[in-house]
Amino acid sequence: MKKLMLGNEAVARGLYEAGCSFVSSYPGTPSTEITEAVARYREVYAEWAPNEKVAMESAFGACVAGRRSFCGMKHVGLNVAADPLFTISYTGVNAGMIIGVADDAGMHSSQNEQDSRHYARAAKLPMLEPSDSAEAILFVKRAYEISEEFDTPVLLKMCTRVSHSQSLVEESERVCAEKTYEKNPQKYIMMPGNAKRRHPIVEERTRKLVAFAETDCINKLTEGTDHSIGFITSSTSYQYVREVFGDRYPVLKLGMIWPMPEEKIRALAAKVEKLYVVEELDGFIEEHVRNLGIEVCGKELFGNIGEFSQNYIAEKMGVKVPQGIALQEEIPQRPPVMCAGCPHRGLFYTLAKNKITVFGDIGCYTLGAVPPLCALDTTICMGASISGIHGFVKSQEGAADGKTVAVIGDSTFMHSGMTGLVNIAYNASNATVIILDNSITGMTGHQQNPTTGMNLKGDPAAKVDLEALCRACGIARVRVVDPYDLAQTEAAVREELAVAEPSVIISRRPCALLKTVKHPGPIQVNADKCRSCKACMKIGCPAISMKDGKAVIDNTLCTGCGVCTQLCKFGAL
Amino acid sequence: METKNIMIVGVGGQGSLLASKLLGRLFLTKGYDVKVSEVHGMSQRGGSVVTYVRFGDEVFSPVIDKGEADFIVSFELLEAARWTEYLKKGGKIVAATQKINPMPVIIGAASYPEALEEKICAAGIELDAFDALKIAEEAGSSKAVNIALMGRLSKYFDFTVEEWMCAIEESVPQKFLELNKKAFMLGRRA
Repeated sequence: MKKLMLGNEAVARGLYEAGCSFVSSYPGTPSTEITEAVARYREVYAEWAPNEKVAMESAFGACVAGRRSFCGMKHVGLNVAADPLFTISYTGVNAGMIIGVADDAGMHSSQNEQDSRHYARAAKLPMLEPSDSAEAILFVKRAYEISEEFDTPVLLKMCTRVSHSQSLVEESERVCAEKTYEKNPQKYIMMPGNAKRRHPIVEERTRKLVAFAETDCINKLTEGTDHSIGFITSSTSYQYVREVFGDRYPVLKLGMIWPMPEEKIRALAAKVEKLYVVEELDGFIEEHVRNLGIEVCGKELFGNIGEFSQNYIAEKMGVKVPQGIALQEEIPQRPPVMCAGCPHRGLFYTLAKNKITVFGDIGCYTLGAVPPLCALDTTICMGASISGIHGFVKSQEGAADGKTVAVIGDSTFMHSGMTGLVNIAYNASNATVIILDNSITGMTGHQQNPTTGMNLKGDPAAKVDLEALCRACGIARVRVVDPYDLAQTEAAVREELAVAEPSVIISRRPCALLKTVKHPGPIQVNADKCRSCKACMKIGCPAISMKDGKAVIDNTLCTGCGVCTQLCKFGAL
Repeated sequence: METKNIMIVGVGGQGSLLASKLLGRLFLTKGYDVKVSEVHGMSQRGGSVVTYVRFGDEVFSPVIDKGEADFIVSFELLEAARWTEYLKKGGKIVAATQKINPMPVIIGAASYPEALEEKICAAGIELDAFDALKIAEEAGSSKAVNIALMGRLSKYFDFTVEEWMCAIEESVPQKFLELNKKAFMLGRRA
């Protein structure tokens, strides 16, 4: 029976059916649901690791032990895990290993638009790229076969539109696939002598994979009836090409995006008058085709920025597209905002009020950057707040002391903030780090992490003591505040900025969206007392607005956190 | 059959994922190919969100483009106005009349346009707007706005009430079933 399944859930189903028994991942949109879904299969051990490097190395350990393994991450997570990636390419595997990576063309929920396909070429690893949920299941199984046949980890590349689209799949039974571990130092100890012997094996493997790419049906050519033009494409771009042109023109759909076939491409090029490559982001396939000496049209026409769509492809190809009616009206934007009751709000209000330079990080609290709070100065990548403030403060030779803080969430601190904090203590910069501890990984949709006391399966787990950890890093001044209490929060920030030594403030209050958090209920407005001063509007709470000159609270949104009541001097809230 | 396109638009957190789940189940049981494209992550935090539902003999793209939507189901009036360009000629907007101020309006950097219903109709767009929130509350919970909207949408399809009810049963938890069935019927009759 056919089922409608999210791309990420289909990857999880594929893992289950292929006999995968070990999954370690770090959450990141659009990859998160793979690991959440696979954790629901009793037969598969699944965990959240503190970061992607740990996840990949753990999955590698499992595959060496003889268990089919998987690690999942978003595109920028693969940067974190790039270190093991390049070397496990040399060692190869025992049981099969898949590395799932999800790109985010269009940057729906990311800080950059990098194209992860480059990693496949750089690390000399095969990469498969499904174009819908049915292929996601199929390609996971194929990836394990390739992994074991060619002795290599395999990259499975997803993207937002495949990860977060539902399409039809058919399920089948789980197979058993286990091997035994045998000591093999020449294969698994990558010291120079051994690595020098492994590198030629890697190059030979790529040659064999090219031959495989020529013959295997994972790279599929549909003939078409009109040979005036032809396409090479993959992933979601394939769906757009089919949407616009149906089966009129020949299409080579690459299911394995690296290494690419040569003969199949030459055969298509010889058949058609003009060859197009349709691929989102960089001209990865296009460059390969050009390197074969084949004339091709790609990025010069389609560009390398953002997501494609059927109309986008059609217009570029000179096909008429339907037009809709846009209203002749200024429609205000609706950007994402920090939720009503968000514990980060009180802290960011305090930082903005005191005109403090803030090194930000990756998480819900990045939304502290938008009006009216405008509380952030930088956001780069996971952990960069703490390392960034160290360089900023240190290089200013005292001029930035007392005016600069770093903010980082609990999960991001565990991911890659700790090492930065050690650096602050060790190399003695007068920096203040604020850990926004909301007891969950928020932005990606509530995943447990090492500070929450629970694991992915929902069972009790060891809980990192953040205060003790910061002290152990060498920070003597560590204190905890409740960000709902503005006076206490402001006093703590001012005191810690005033002292001439590094410090950590833990701003602790669970995420308002957690089901376990009980709220006191909506704040009531006493309209008679409201003087229309708009002090309550400074915190950018979506539950507060002004109507006929008076503050109004949206009862469906307000949690009763009480931050606004502390700003009202007239007792109207 | 030519592919049919339904866009569900609203504000992050309003429950559009349940509506798309319901539609997906319905079209699947009727034997169609179906694709549903959702938004997860940052935009869910109170931002403008859109879900695409497509069904037909064979569906390729998971997204709906400008001028392609047969229906736009909107949880909020400003969001209905934002997406009109995606409507096909002869398409229809089914919208809740609820208004939710976006942050630029809340902080006074922009204003919520006046008389949006009239302006949408004046542009020659077919609009079926009704107070879905009131109906949802009447059924027992403001959270049932999504199903009230589905009830209204159902008027424009040939599927039977029983077929819709089956899809609801497969999509919502047992303890909220009666409430949602009521919201559906109230929306359908409104």
